[in-house]
Amino acid sequence: MITKLSHISIFVLDQDSAYDFYINKLGFKVHTDAPMGPGMRWLTVCTPDQPELEITLMAISEGMMFSKESAVVMKELVSKGTFGFGVFECDNLLVTYEELKAKGVEFTKPPTKEFYGFEALFKDDSGNWFSLGQKGNL
Amino acid sequence: MQQQDLYPKVYLYRRIVYAKLFIDEHFADKIDLDNIAGEAAFSKFHFIRLFNSVYNKTPHQYLSHLRIEKAKGLLKTNMAVADVCYAVGFESVSSFTGLFKRLTGSTPASYQLQQHQKLNAVANAPLRFIPNCFAEKNGWATNSNFEEAV
Repeated sequence: MITKLSHISIFVLDQDSAYDFYINKLGFKVHTDAPMGPGMRWLTVCTPDQPELEITLMAISEGMMFSKESAVVMKELVSKGTFGFGVFECDNLLVTYEELKAKGVEFTKPPTKEFYGFEALFKDDSGNWFSLGQKGNL
Repeated sequence: MQQQDLYPKVYLYRRIVYAKLFIDEHFADKIDLDNIAGEAAFSKFHFIRLFNSVYNKTPHQYLSHLRIEKAKGLLKTNMAVADVCYAVGFESVSSFTGLFKRLTGSTPASYQLQQHQKLNAVANAPLRFIPNCFAEKNGWATNSNFEEAV
């Protein structure tokens, strides 16, 4: 029986920039940061309240799971915002929205009451988008 | 729907958020929370109450929490405990050590030792921390976890 999710991957254009975005802007924590040779790095982060779920910030580059052609295609798809990788949760959506916006996070949808709950949408520095919901209200 | 319609007190949130971001930026300085309340155009009492309602901590508790979090980051480096203490805004090592232990359960020195051990383990055998499927996909698994375990 599958009991839980331990790792999930987000494909990013640049790991240094993604580190800055997820750690310094979103406030996530570094879980594991291991250099794996020239131009390669295993970097996982986690949300403050869910340290057991490692979010792998996976570089899209040739040799890192991708052929040269696949890396080109994947970079283009990520850049233009093709992928939505999940839903994050916060205690107070309006406060978190104001704070992240002040830190330069780009929102494509401000906090909005929908029939299924209260949510906003933001993009990471690569172009991946996420829903942000309020705990108990999404 | 306009944000003001959605939540008419959004301007209050903004002032609290900016006060919090000010603390985030100046945590290592001598921060006068009275001044922050003034900058945010609140009375001290009103400011503390609103801040607490938004962040579940008083501004003073948040500042202490933030300084300890920043200290945890610096303790992962080779910086001496006393230097970390002053770098994050504490004025005495004993008050820093006491608060650190109260909030984390460890002294700064033992936390630093644990973190260094963990960082050394990652540096010396990174494949122990990477699911093998990813390691293989990335071509890192020539000395795989299975081989190390033999």
